[in-house]
Amino acid sequence: MKVKPVNHARAAAEFIEDTPHMTFHDERLWDLRQKRDQQMHILPEWQDLRTLASQIKEHTLANLPEYLEQFEANARKNGIHVHWAADAADHNRIVGEILEKHGAKSLIKSKSMVTEECSMREYLEPRGVVVTETDLGERIQQLDDQMPSHIVVPAVHKLIPDVAKIFAEHYHTDPKDNDAQSLAWQQRLAARPVILAADAGMTGGNFLVAETGTFVVCTNEGNADLSATVPGLHIATLGIERLVPRMADLGVFVRLLSRSALGSPITQYTTHFRGPQEGSEMHVVLVDNGRSHRLGMEEFWTSLKCIRCGACMNTCPVYRRSGGLSYGAVYSGPIGAIIDPTFNERKYSTLPFASTMNGSCTNVCPVKINIHEQLYKWRRVLAEHHELPFVKREIMHMAGKLMGQPKLYRAAINGTEVALSAMPRFVLYNWLNPWGKHRELPHPVSQTFHNWYKKNRVDAGKAAPKATAKKGENA
Amino acid sequence: MRIGLFVPCYIDAFYPKTGIATLELLERLGQDVDYPMDQTCCGQPMANSGCNKDAAAAEALFVKNFAQYDAIVMPSGSCAHHVRDNFDAIPQTDEVRHVRKHTYELVEFLHDVLKVEDFPWAEFPHKVGLHNSCGTLRALRTASMSELGEPFFSKPMDLLSKVKGISFATPKRPDECCGFGGTFSVTEEAVSAKMGVDKVRDHHGAGAEYIVSADTSCMMHQQGCAERAGVPIRFIHIAEILNGARE
Repeated sequence: MKVKPVNHARAAAEFIEDTPHMTFHDERLWDLRQKRDQQMHILPEWQDLRTLASQIKEHTLANLPEYLEQFEANARKNGIHVHWAADAADHNRIVGEILEKHGAKSLIKSKSMVTEECSMREYLEPRGVVVTETDLGERIQQLDDQMPSHIVVPAVHKLIPDVAKIFAEHYHTDPKDNDAQSLAWQQRLAARPVILAADAGMTGGNFLVAETGTFVVCTNEGNADLSATVPGLHIATLGIERLVPRMADLGVFVRLLSRSALGSPITQYTTHFRGPQEGSEMHVVLVDNGRSHRLGMEEFWTSLKCIRCGACMNTCPVYRRSGGLSYGAVYSGPIGAIIDPTFNERKYSTLPFASTMNGSCTNVCPVKINIHEQLYKWRRVLAEHHELPFVKREIMHMAGKLMGQPKLYRAAINGTEVALSAMPRFVLYNWLNPWGKHRELPHPVSQTFHNWYKKNRVDAGKAAPKATAKKGENA
Repeated sequence: MRIGLFVPCYIDAFYPKTGIATLELLERLGQDVDYPMDQTCCGQPMANSGCNKDAAAAEALFVKNFAQYDAIVMPSGSCAHHVRDNFDAIPQTDEVRHVRKHTYELVEFLHDVLKVEDFPWAEFPHKVGLHNSCGTLRALRTASMSELGEPFFSKPMDLLSKVKGISFATPKRPDECCGFGGTFSVTEEAVSAKMGVDKVRDHHGAGAEYIVSADTSCMMHQQGCAERAGVPIRFIHIAEILNGARE
């Protein structure tokens, strides 16, 4: 079956129709952007940190195999079981086998974009494993059977009444509870017994440190630490690009991460996992799932520098007004729009066009990914791979031809029927029609600049003499 | 110095006043300005849509029209950005490189090349909100951007500050994109229009009577949004104010 491209424009239009949700979403994320700005102003070395972070990541990615093997060897010395997952299926199978070996039927987990990427819950649940998200936002999304809409604040598109309704349905709480504190407390009450009784715990991870064979998890709720330590079996799953060479490099990233993400100096918890506690087991699953392929893409490999802070989403005026779910992908917003097409070009072919290419994302990115330039490059790649809608492609082809022929172009601008020879009127008008849905058209004028110039400069004899044709020109 | 004036298609067709003001202003400043009659487009709409090959004919024609000039000046940040930074649908000959290197957006040309100190004929006794297009702000870098936390600078504001009687409104999100985005305005019309309405309301809320910009395409979109939403604000290109427009 042919995969259909995500209809971002339609989903975004629906999100915008819902004024209270859209307004809150826009203002909440804009607030995060402003808090990030404040943190930036406090640190005079901000731009140096960004440069350094970018250089460390580029160096690491350029030497990825060596550093990964170094990590693996050191982690094993620490008593950590290291697994390699080539793709999503591999990842899910590995996790499933570890759980099966331990007879684990209940898994608590903290937020991980990689497990979303691999659709791990969908794999484990039919196999009899009950998976419980312990991050508040992620749990809300799990109960509502939705993907995270943001990589840091997964339920940011929801309002308090939405959460009250979901909790009422699943936890039998008051559906009219309008108090965020009280709702958070309900989640705590519901989650604690599950955490205490869980057979296994899972976390994602922010950084792998090659020289120490350790990994670091940054969270704000403490749920990752509970998930990791309570059950006695800890599985951490991380993408292979999460690596830094040395412990000394970590400081650069820890300083940038939460400042960029939430505008706070550091996350509440920055936990270094160095090895299993006595009597328990620790596993790290290193996931490729397309990353090696991306590393080989000359124009797009630097997207692997991403530390998943979400700053590009918070600043993106399109994302703030369209909501993360409109991207129809695990990774939404500007970073999603340049990563997602590497998973499926056709399905995500619309996402690089869900941008004005304003460039704000690139300039807030703590690791200096040239996001908006990659969006531009993706458009080219997608056009070359015939992933543009037919009408758009045809219009651009016709427009391109017209723009190369001054006489034909001039006739078209002057409103003669020559335009029809380039493009049937109904096609052009249908395509341009959306302009008028929420906007007025430009006002008609009595003469173009070209005609004014001809009358007031050329015909009046005031034009500079070199305006006339040069030798060899066929005007 | 021989200047070739490029008047982008939408200015030619819908906002000839902006083209006229640009020409007259450069002439007032004693410049030798020429408008090649065979010009069409810089190729940006095709290239931004990914259809780079379809931009080749427009780019070739652009070079043919403008290679003979010492400077190519245009009242449009996004077109200048395209020519300077993305103009690669055609082979990069010496002529093409010359054109790309000597292409200027009007504000930077006045500010950096001519270094104009004074517009004695200009008076605009109104409160204006300055809209820096993303092309001028983050590509041509004619003003500081809030994302980088760099010291404040603004070439358009430097120039406008020399105009008698003008004052500035301070919108809440001065650097936020207005949502035009070329074909984005059509393919993503809902987001585009919402961004446009938010933009004009921000300026209006800050007390601006006019939105002034170096980019007509942004203003064409914003004007459409303002008129539909009933936001009473007017639009004027920076060239017109600097050329002495009163309103």
